[in-house]
Amino acid sequence: MLTLTSPVKTPLHRLRAGVKLAALCAYTVLLFGLRDPAALATAALAPAGLIAAGGPVFARHALRLLWPLWPFLLVLGVWHWVTDDAGQGAAIALRLLAAVAAANLVTMTTRLSDMLAVIETLLQPLSRLGLPPRRVALVFALVIRFIPVLSDRLTQIRQAWLARSRRRPGWRVMVPATLAALDDADHVAEALRARGGAG
Amino acid sequence: MERNLTHIALFAALVAVLGLVPPIMLGFGVPITTQSLGIMLCGTVLGARKGALAVLVFLALVAVGLPILSGGRGGLGVFAGPSVGFLIGFPVAAYVAGWVVERWSAPVGLAAGAGAVLGGIIVLYPLGAAGWALMLGKSLTQVQVFLLGFLPGDLIKVVLAALITRGIAQMRPGALLSRP
Repeated sequence: MLTLTSPVKTPLHRLRAGVKLAALCAYTVLLFGLRDPAALATAALAPAGLIAAGGPVFARHALRLLWPLWPFLLVLGVWHWVTDDAGQGAAIALRLLAAVAAANLVTMTTRLSDMLAVIETLLQPLSRLGLPPRRVALVFALVIRFIPVLSDRLTQIRQAWLARSRRRPGWRVMVPATLAALDDADHVAEALRARGGAG
Repeated sequence: MERNLTHIALFAALVAVLGLVPPIMLGFGVPITTQSLGIMLCGTVLGARKGALAVLVFLALVAVGLPILSGGRGGLGVFAGPSVGFLIGFPVAAYVAGWVVERWSAPVGLAAGAGAVLGGIIVLYPLGAAGWALMLGKSLTQVQVFLLGFLPGDLIKVVLAALITRGIAQMRPGALLSRP
C-alpha cells in the first residue's frame, strides 16, 4: 500500500523524526498563541516556503493533502462575510492552513518505519505496566499486512453478491466481512501460539 | 493473549479497509460510507476495551502516515485539522458502544443499537463539535447546527450496526466477544 511519504527527496527527509515532531509541536503551539492576521500570515510563510522549496511535484502533493479542508474554508468565508469580520476570518483560516500544512510536511518527509520507531520509543514507559513495545510493533505489523488481505476478501464478497443479485452490494455484505475479520483473527492467533506466542 | 492481539489488529485493519472500499448502497439508492460504521462495530462486536484499543491502533497508523482515513486522508495533518475532535472521539465512542452491549442484557440487536446511539452520537458529537469550535474559532453553540447535517446518516448507521451485530450473533453464536 502507498504511504503519504513523498518520493521527492528534500533536506527535511534527512532530519530525524523526533526533531521534526518536536519542531511541529512548538510551531503549532506558537500558531495557537497568535491572534493577529499579519502575524499569522508571517508564521504561515514557514511551511509555505518549505513546501515551495521541495519543487513542483512535492508542492502539488502537499496541496493535494490540503484539499480536504475546502468545505471548512468555505464555511469560514461565508460566516465572516456575513458577520463582516474579514480580519478574524483570515486569521482563523491562515492558522488552520498553516497548522495542517506543517503537520503534513512532517508526514511527507518521514518514512513510515521512522514514525513507528518514534511510537515505540514513546510507549517504552508502558513496558513496566505490562505492555512490551514488541507486542505493539507486532500489532502494527499485523494491521499493515492484513489491510490488503481483508480488502481482497471484501472484494470477493461483493463479487459473490453481484453474481447473485442485480442490485448493488448493500449493508448485508458487512456481516460476512466482519465474520472474516473474526475468523482471520482466530487463525492468526493459533499460528502465533504455534510459533512460540506473541512474547 | 494472542487472540486479544489479533482481534485488535484485524478490526483495526477492517476499519481501514472500510475507508478504502466504495460506499455501500442502501435499498433506495443512498450511498453510505462505512468507516464510522466500522468504529461502532469495533465496540459492539469486540466489547469496550478491545474495541477502543482497535480504534486507537487504527488512529496511530493514520498518524504515522497511512492514507487509511475515509477519502484517502491520513498523516499528522488530519490531527491538526478541524475534524480532530471526531478522531479523538472515535475510541471513546467504540468504548461506550461496547460497554452498553456488555452491561445491558437486552437482546443483542437492541443493545448494539443503544450502544451505537450513546457512543456514536451522544458521546461523539460533543467531542467533534468541540474540535470544530477550537479549530474554526467559533463557540460550541455556533457550530452545533452543522452536526444536524450528520445526524440522518449516523442514525442509519446506528440501525445498520444493530442489524450487523445481531446478524453475527445469529450466524455464529459465541463469535460476539462483547457477549462472552
